[in-house]
Amino acid sequence: MKVTVDEDKCCGAGQCVLLAPEVFDQRDDDGIVVLLDAEPREPLQASVREAADVCPAAAIRLSTP
Amino acid sequence: MTETLSSDEPQAGIPEYPMRRAQGCPFDPPPTLRDEQEKGPLTKVRLWDGSRPWLVTRYAEQRALLADPRVSADITRPGYPSQSSSRSNSIGFILMDDPEHARLRRMVTAPFTIKRTEALRPRVQQIVDDLIDDMLAGPNPVDLVESFALPVPSLVICDLLGVPYADHDFFQDNSKTIINRDSTDEQRAGALGRLAEYLDRLVGEKLDRPSEDLLSQLAARVGAGELPRGEAARIGVLLLIAGHETTANMIALGTLALLQHPEQLTALRETQDPKLVAGAVEELLRYLHITHSGRRRVALEDIEIAGQVIRAGDGLILPNDIGNRDPRAFSDPDRLDIHRDARHHVAFGFGVHQCLGQPLARMELQVVYSTLYRRMPTLRLAGALEDIPFKHDGSVYGVYELPVAW
Ligand code: HEM
Ligand code: SF4
Repeated sequence: MKVTVDEDKCCGAGQCVLLAPEVFDQRDDDGIVVLLDAEPREPLQASVREAADVCPAAAIRLSTP
Repeated sequence: MTETLSSDEPQAGIPEYPMRRAQGCPFDPPPTLRDEQEKGPLTKVRLWDGSRPWLVTRYAEQRALLADPRVSADITRPGYPSQSSSRSNSIGFILMDDPEHARLRRMVTAPFTIKRTEALRPRVQQIVDDLIDDMLAGPNPVDLVESFALPVPSLVICDLLGVPYADHDFFQDNSKTIINRDSTDEQRAGALGRLAEYLDRLVGEKLDRPSEDLLSQLAARVGAGELPRGEAARIGVLLLIAGHETTANMIALGTLALLQHPEQLTALRETQDPKLVAGAVEELLRYLHITHSGRRRVALEDIEIAGQVIRAGDGLILPNDIGNRDPRAFSDPDRLDIHRDARHHVAFGFGVHQCLGQPLARMELQVVYSTLYRRMPTLRLAGALEDIPFKHDGSVYGVYELPVAW
């Protein structure tokens, strides 16, 4: 699984950090998403998929290499 | 003539919005919303001014449209389905579009990150424990709204913003006028004006004597020429209102709902598992859905969705309360079940305007629901459910009073 994030779209609501803190973080000064792990392995993938689904700004993209 | 009228005006079948809840079902959305949801994802409603915006009732279409950049939250655009004749935007970025919305929202996002709100948890726990100590030492029965549900989020947002809590009567009264659906335009404008003036004065004070709070950070941007002072005050108004009214209603209405479901209240009281508490918060947010006046938007371009075409300039009303009860997204949606996975609810809206304060609201509610019933194990309603005054008239739903005993 490959993850990319779009900082321009992100509205900093933090849903991804709540669901998968191993993979996502937020910048301290404006809350915008920071990708910690672009190729998360199991067992993290289910929560990454959930994060992409609930991200309100469609800022998280998943692909299978 | 008559013929043209009757073919052009098939209004008999078009329900009015907002709708009434059913007598005796204070936790459920109005039955007409469910009827409309069954008819199809997009129908039409009639507003106070005779306009007929789209009504979007299903979860999938609500999320798709709220996240669509062709959909605008700008109240000043023609076609926006306004709640009243007032179209001025005097409460910050909630009624603006990107890129201006994003620029302003990012200025105040830092204190609402997951990390920063987690760091506040001990302070919130202290506030909650102190208020419970006071209740236990005071008269019994008591109004839970006045003694607990309103003070918890008000104290928290005052700390965070740098607003003196001693002024809480002033800002709570004015907030009430602003979110009451029955307020006249003049009343609402007056209340907004008073709050804006108040926040403007505070921003001025922070310019001279900054401290560690969010208003001081906004004041610093004003000082640096990045932000007009009036805009800083309007953002302050938005955060102050959004920060206390919503959470307060979730505390009181959530407690009332749990008192009607005693086995779930017991499960919450007896658990040591923070995951169960967090899950209960999500389910109560879904089930109660307190922001019950619908998200309001206007289409910027033609949009094809669910076999319909929304035209540029058409108004949209998206009541997330019925989206949260869509059987296509939640099984047995009208049942409160704190053990279900409700995390994909739309109680905080969807799209770029999704609630900025949601990490804070979640944390506050987790602390409250895991503490109040444990420390007051015999908590019960003092009186009958029929006598509780519900906020049918507010754009945020809840109860005006909640008499409880223990
Ligand atoms: C349980 C409590 C809460 C609920 C149910 C709630 C609900 C919502 C909803 C539905 C929206 C979206 C409005 C729209 O799309 O038109 C929203 C936006 C917002 N909320 Fe909350 N909220 C809560 C607590 C808070 C708190 C504690 C704050 C803290 C200051 C807050 C600040 C905001 C702000 C600033 C916005 C505007 C965001 C934007 O336009 O980008 N809310 N809230
Ligand atoms: S869930 Fe989406 S919008 Fe929210 S912080 Fe993560 S990437 Fe940004």
